[in-house]
Amino acid sequence: MKKHYGPFILLGVLIAFPLVVSDSYYRHLMILVLMWVAIGSGWNLIAGYTGQVSFGDAAFFGTGAYAAGLLTVKLGVSSWWGLGLGGLMAIAVAFPFGWVCFRLRGAYFALATLALNEVMRHIATIWESLTGGMVGVLITPSFVSKVPYYYIALAIAALSITTIHTVVNSRWGYYFISIREDQDTAESIGINTHYYKMISLCLAAFLTGLAGSLYMNYMGFIDPQVVFSLHDISIMAILVGIVGGVSTVYGPAMGAFIMVAVSEVFRTGGFGLLDSVAKATGQPWIIIVTNYIKEAHVLSFGLLVIIVILFLPNGVVGDWEKLKRSILSRRTIPT
Amino acid sequence: MDVFIQTLVAGILKGGLYALIGLGMTLIMGVMGIINLAHGQMMMVAMYVTFVLFHYFGIDPYLALPISMPCLFLLGVFIQKVLLNPLMKVESILPENQVLMTVGIGMVLTEVARFIFSSNYQSVRTSYSTATFFIGNISFSVAMCLAFVAAILFTVALFWFLLKTDLGRSIRAVSQDGEAALLMGIDAERIKIITMGIGASLVAAAGTMLMPIYYLFPDIGGPFTRKAFVITILGGLGSTVGAIFGGITLGLAEALGATYIGMEYEDMIGLIMFLLVLLFLPGGFKRLTKV
Amino acid sequence: MAYFEVNNVFKRFGGVAAVNGLTLHVEQGQIFGLIGPNGSGKTTIFNLINGYFPVDKGAIFFEGKQISGLKTHQISRRGIGRTFQIVKPLKRMTTFENILTSAFLRTATRREAEDLAEETIDFCGLNPHREKLAQALPIASRKRLEIARALATKPKLLLLDETAAGLNPSELEEAVTLIKKVRDSGVTVIIVEHIMKVIMTISDRILAVNMGRAIVEGSPTEVASHPDVISAYLGEDYRAQG
Repeated sequence: MKKHYGPFILLGVLIAFPLVVSDSYYRHLMILVLMWVAIGSGWNLIAGYTGQVSFGDAAFFGTGAYAAGLLTVKLGVSSWWGLGLGGLMAIAVAFPFGWVCFRLRGAYFALATLALNEVMRHIATIWESLTGGMVGVLITPSFVSKVPYYYIALAIAALSITTIHTVVNSRWGYYFISIREDQDTAESIGINTHYYKMISLCLAAFLTGLAGSLYMNYMGFIDPQVVFSLHDISIMAILVGIVGGVSTVYGPAMGAFIMVAVSEVFRTGGFGLLDSVAKATGQPWIIIVTNYIKEAHVLSFGLLVIIVILFLPNGVVGDWEKLKRSILSRRTIPT
Repeated sequence: MDVFIQTLVAGILKGGLYALIGLGMTLIMGVMGIINLAHGQMMMVAMYVTFVLFHYFGIDPYLALPISMPCLFLLGVFIQKVLLNPLMKVESILPENQVLMTVGIGMVLTEVARFIFSSNYQSVRTSYSTATFFIGNISFSVAMCLAFVAAILFTVALFWFLLKTDLGRSIRAVSQDGEAALLMGIDAERIKIITMGIGASLVAAAGTMLMPIYYLFPDIGGPFTRKAFVITILGGLGSTVGAIFGGITLGLAEALGATYIGMEYEDMIGLIMFLLVLLFLPGGFKRLTKV
Repeated sequence: MAYFEVNNVFKRFGGVAAVNGLTLHVEQGQIFGLIGPNGSGKTTIFNLINGYFPVDKGAIFFEGKQISGLKTHQISRRGIGRTFQIVKPLKRMTTFENILTSAFLRTATRREAEDLAEETIDFCGLNPHREKLAQALPIASRKRLEIARALATKPKLLLLDETAAGLNPSELEEAVTLIKKVRDSGVTVIIVEHIMKVIMTISDRILAVNMGRAIVEGSPTEVASHPDVISAYLGEDYRAQG
């Protein structure tokens, strides 16, 4: 029972969230979480289900963001039109890339995505007449309140989860997984692996591009370093995917929540807790530690990558049984 | 014409160092079957070791080689033993988790360096840093030439090691067929640990020799990792001779690009070459020699 | 023109000629055995038919149409299924999901695919292993799963690559029964096999190959008694004794 109603209860809670919580900081965090749900779902589709690991999701994210931003700046069209356009532009990047690069297998494909990430960032930096180069793109946000953004982000996140859920239970899903498990076998049972990898990549790129244009609209400012960032976007996308659970429908949602929380904890020094401890005690070393921790979010990402791959390779959702066992192992479980 | 020759010279000299970077990467690629995306970051660590030795102890960068290389050897051993070898036993849905692990390692190395040394640019300025000599109208940087010669020496030493010593033969055996080597009684895990150590110390040599003429900051690792994988792909994965050609090709391409297209395209040129080679010459230059 | 035809096909790997001007004809409804010593090119022939490798020279025809040059998945779509000598199950899927995945090829809806998968599982006797992950299956069942997965694509021609290797005598018996059942259901079979007992009992025709070319073709008894086959297989000594 719980299994069937869980998602709807969750959706209900999320719809009610901004009505209950009026603190704009927490609303902001939730918008980020929902955005990452979309990116993580996209990554999970191409890497987790289809087994084609992408190290360059920022290429799609950034393309989506620039599509939305430039539409407003250059053509004066409302950047909300850019939402759809962002997704489509990401496909426009993904399609030729996949077309040529899917003949590469395994780690070489991963390297190619990494190269795509870098190439896109260079293009955005060098093509100043279009993108404004290092200066970036600035637009005036449509809303002052965070609530409209919240609901749009929620819609995008829900769309992502629904897409993944539908896809993995259909013929496509089985085809994707068979490509991950054994490409030769997949071909031998009549699956056009190149074609299905393209579908998976384009779907993933669309969701990621959508998230990118949401980011543009919400933040109002982007530059190549931010939206084509290897660490803050591409690696974060991988972490969201793995921490939550590779190849699970709700894994990226869990992962997005955990990862946004983790990076906030570091960025703010335990939500300002350390600052107040430092003030209260007046100990200079605590202040120093606090400052270090605030700067440590990339380090924490790196450490997380290492720890998660070693100990939790299938994520919180995927390794749930293992987690439960290791937590409960000290107690006797009545059976 | 002079400009052209000058560019070629600069490119080839730089290519010698790149070859050294590529050799370490290729060795790791051959034995472990993975792409080490922390390679440039390891080089960055070696550069900081050199920097510290010069700045606090007054040790000349070239004399720092016997210190920086063993340091990096140990770092490589640690990484392989503690982080990469245990990964073989982890059951994971996601393929490429080893490559991802090296990305994580690279991030940690960079950030730790940032903690210790901050993001500021550092450099090692020696008396010969800017020294040049001329042949005709073409200028040669003394430090670059020394680095080039040293790179050749290291390469020769590596080949001697791989071809003539038992350990070297074991490494080649694992690289050709890990399972068969295992059956022949070679301890593959140990070989992997040693190989990672050697790969790390080769890139350390490159980093240390680059110090007199280059600058240093924590994020320098990323670009060099990218260069390393471009070189490896250019040369044909796992091919040691290929890595040398790959290194020199990249050096030349960057130099020519910087002279005739523009400095800001330097990084792009490597990446575009990488994509082109992946697509049109899978197997790299190795493919051309073995028809 | 025969139902299935390999016409003067060549394939080289580096300097080695793996398949060297091979020709073979298979009639519809036969079990066609392919025998030969290790490294004689049997699996390579399958990989050429299957489109895994392109042929260097020559052509392959199925139902009167050329299939060489097509991609693997297109050939599968034309109605040629195969198993792998070294089994390649979709490891982290259950037996049922493995078969369901290939059942999608000939069905329009998931419902139909599930029905076809059920049918195939029954046909191959894999019911006890239905919900097990493919990586957890014992070897005999994995071999069976290879066949089931190929059958779910509703092939007209099935290529079986050493499906009997590594099985114990009772499992062998079951494998032979299954292969005959497949033939009786109207599927033409080409089988590569090392175990003489198996191939001699089930084949309608046998082709012996060595060094990538055909030596003899005939009925099992004809082939088994042919001196070239005996010497290729068992060496000159055995021939002298016999």
